[in-house]
Amino acid sequence: MALDNKNNEFKVIGSTPNRPDGLDKVTGRARFGADISVPGMLHGAVVRSPHAHAKIVKIDASKALAMKGVKAVITRADFPEGLEGEDWNLQENAMAGEKALYDGHAVAAVAATSPLAARDAAKLIEVEYEVLLHVTDVDEAMKDGAPAIREGAADYSVPEGLHPNVVRFFDTGMGDLDKGFAEADLVVERSYTTEAAHQGYIEPHACLGQMGADGRGELWCCTQGHWFIRRMSTAVLGVETTNIRVTPSEIGGGFGGKTTITIEPLSLALSRKAGGAPVKMVMNRGEVLRATGPTSSASMDIKMGMTKDGKITAAHGTFRMQGGAFPGAPVDVTTMLAFANYTIENVHHIGYDVITNRPKQAAYRAPGAPMAAFAVESTVDEMCRTLGLDPIETRLKNASRDGTRSTFGPKFGPVGLVESLEAARDHANYKMPLGPNQGRGVASGYWMNWGGETSASVAMSEDGTVTVSVGTPDIGGSRASMALMAAEAFGIAYENVRVNISDTGALGVNEPTHGSRATYASGLATIKAAEECITKMCKRAADKWGIDADAVIWEDGSAKPSGPNAGEFDPLSIGEICAEMGETGGPISGHYEGSPTGFSGSFGTHVVDVEIDPETGHTTVLRYLVVQDAGKAIHPAYVEGQFQGGAAQGIGWALNEEYIYGEDGRLQNPVFLDYRIPVASDLPMIDTVIVEVPNPGHPYGVRGVGETGITPPLPALANAIADATGLRMRGLPMTPPKILAALKAQKNG
Amino acid sequence: MSKVHVTTTVNGDQAEFLCEPRETLLDCLRDKLHLTGSKEGCGTGDCGACSVTVDDRLVCSCLMLGVEAEGKEIKTIEGMADGENLRPLQAKFIEHAALQCGVCTPGILVASEALLKKNPDPTEEELRYWLAGNLCRCTGYDKIIRAVMDAAAEMRETS
Amino acid sequence: MVEINLWSGLRRFADGKDKVEVSGKTVGEILDDLVARYPGMAPVIKAGVSISVDGEIIPTGRREPVKEDSEVFLLQRLKGG
Repeated sequence: MALDNKNNEFKVIGSTPNRPDGLDKVTGRARFGADISVPGMLHGAVVRSPHAHAKIVKIDASKALAMKGVKAVITRADFPEGLEGEDWNLQENAMAGEKALYDGHAVAAVAATSPLAARDAAKLIEVEYEVLLHVTDVDEAMKDGAPAIREGAADYSVPEGLHPNVVRFFDTGMGDLDKGFAEADLVVERSYTTEAAHQGYIEPHACLGQMGADGRGELWCCTQGHWFIRRMSTAVLGVETTNIRVTPSEIGGGFGGKTTITIEPLSLALSRKAGGAPVKMVMNRGEVLRATGPTSSASMDIKMGMTKDGKITAAHGTFRMQGGAFPGAPVDVTTMLAFANYTIENVHHIGYDVITNRPKQAAYRAPGAPMAAFAVESTVDEMCRTLGLDPIETRLKNASRDGTRSTFGPKFGPVGLVESLEAARDHANYKMPLGPNQGRGVASGYWMNWGGETSASVAMSEDGTVTVSVGTPDIGGSRASMALMAAEAFGIAYENVRVNISDTGALGVNEPTHGSRATYASGLATIKAAEECITKMCKRAADKWGIDADAVIWEDGSAKPSGPNAGEFDPLSIGEICAEMGETGGPISGHYEGSPTGFSGSFGTHVVDVEIDPETGHTTVLRYLVVQDAGKAIHPAYVEGQFQGGAAQGIGWALNEEYIYGEDGRLQNPVFLDYRIPVASDLPMIDTVIVEVPNPGHPYGVRGVGETGITPPLPALANAIADATGLRMRGLPMTPPKILAALKAQKNG
Repeated sequence: MSKVHVTTTVNGDQAEFLCEPRETLLDCLRDKLHLTGSKEGCGTGDCGACSVTVDDRLVCSCLMLGVEAEGKEIKTIEGMADGENLRPLQAKFIEHAALQCGVCTPGILVASEALLKKNPDPTEEELRYWLAGNLCRCTGYDKIIRAVMDAAAEMRETS
Repeated sequence: MVEINLWSGLRRFADGKDKVEVSGKTVGEILDDLVARYPGMAPVIKAGVSISVDGEIIPTGRREPVKEDSEVFLLQRLKGG
């Protein structure tokens, strides 16, 4: 659906009305995952492996089952056999089979009449383990002699001779690297590491599942995508997809981590075993950190060549990433997007997806992009410093733009990298004087965005107000965006639109709110469905006037004759048409279903100023600027919110957050005190500039904005620290002890 | 295990519940009194999503036992608005788009209200340190800080 | 005939070529013909790919049209957070 250039004078979109769900969310009324209760409900608890890698010898639940109030215990024996591929991975991750594959892996679950009884019963389930050798580090897992976590997990792509823990292999590129490096005046080769970071949503996973012996039932849960939960849960349980209706609650953050299943199939299996009583399960924070997917950790080698005047002539990257005990580390995306900021004729990427004894990774905001950005944008910054070049001018010289060939193959359409760099260069923050121990860092980032399967409906009410039903849960204000786009399409007030997030029984399949797709794809679907309603309303008016439907136009919320030749009739308002719809042909609604392909990526540039305390190695973020292309900002305040939230998560990943595993392979920091996400006193205000280079593939020009923002902070912080101290930190997180040690080493020469 | 009968005051009304001595105040509020506005984000007092006041003192209700509520006066997010009239903080949070997913919002509102009662004119730095015990993963805090500062200014004008 | 650009790791399934000629008028048809001509590509297509036609990325659809002179790239299957 092409950009409607006639419609560039918008009346509603681009304004910042109050969000429709605001009142519920400031009064405590909004119902999140753990807030749902039903009569006759049981409570579930999970028994988790205390070992990183262990054979499960025996599970004895007799003591638990003898406890008063205990209604069911499940183990892997309660799940069907014979699953393959990702379905098997999901089942194995939801409930361990022969082996526990990581610290926190579920091995049994119990349902009882109260949360306390369930927890007490879980403690009575005795599991006998035979502890096996483990490996949690990506580089270690690839070495000869590392324990093989699962033989035969590798797919077609892995060349012979690699360790069985290497399960997928990627090799992409173009041009002539030798020629490119020969043309360079400076060639730099560096290695980098990033640790796994967790999405850190404040709401732990929670669900309430009910399933009878007939395999039919209901599931209420907090999720980014309830059709995904339905498909995955039913596959794992071996029941037909339609048998479970899934209704999403409000969702307390997801960032990719709630696009997959964890406890949901367990609650359904417990319910079935307990005779169909609904079973509520709520994770605690320790379970979230130990057993739900953080992102991958990465080990990377970058080689880049640049001429004296700043032209990048060649680039090569090797990316080794572990995604826990199952295939799926986002190396595929890393090896596409690592150098996407730049036009480089000679470029090559090698990627390894490696399994380790860690939880199954899940998507995390721009999955696969931030780690590569850290390595590549740090290298580019170092080259600029060596050659005495300005980092923004150098990026402008090489920047991807309309018509240039991307480093992953296809040519770019209109994109906003140049505009974001120019806006960053011209911003006051880029000119602010810096004091002692202070430094400035710049980095850019990219995310491709996504369309995805989308189904939405728009229905007219009798008074001319509108109900929009979409299948993408509202995590960051998307109800407001949908209402704005519907109001724009109809030419009515924002307040006259009500947006529902429908359950799986009400619409066709919808992909989750992921891939920065909700405002783009559900938005496009809303506009399309609204246009279908408008066509029908024009027809009703035409019938009433006795003229051709072609002779009726829609303007400002009313049907009007298209011109003097069509006839002289007073406009019929949306309210008038809908008041009569019962007599003029029945209900009026519109529908859209499709997988829109007109999505377009979003580039952004961040500028950060830091001060390093030479006594402690602590980094203070003094000021922070996010500039990013939104195509068209539908609700600018929530676009800014995405920019700011992405930046804050990136700052956390850069400076503090990491998965720390002990020698025993157990997670050492499964609490928020030790897995330290940024708090209010860690951050300054986060300045934003919204760049708008319209996306030709959306009627209003929208690009997704959710993910790009987490990508530049990692290198921007490293570059700022290098500017302040002369130290090049090549491993994340850049914690005070690491910086202090580096400062000491620097002092001692 | 035998349960304890607790009589307390919640949002101005008398409330009674039976709980085991090991149950937290948060569990009692949510599961026994069905006041689910207070959230459990961590259970260890690190995230502040369960913030309530007990005799006007800000506490993490996940770190207090239900039995300790006996005879106390508890206020939760559900008691913040005066009927249909929102408190300035609540209105400013909506106006400034200071929430995205909204799950930390009740705790942050309760904590901010407690600060403004003690200090009606906080600096940005004072506010950031006061709210350092309330985690938000969505917003980067920018709009939250602006909303509280704006609400504080409005409350100073009208008081 | 339509020319498909392969990522370099796929050369070993396509007689060492990084560009192959196939016939078809839609994404589905050219993918089917690719597998018919190079059976080693079957697991690649089965594992899931995205395809770009003249710069537009088509994640899953098989019905999208492809022209003789279209610029076509096979890409990794994408997903987001």
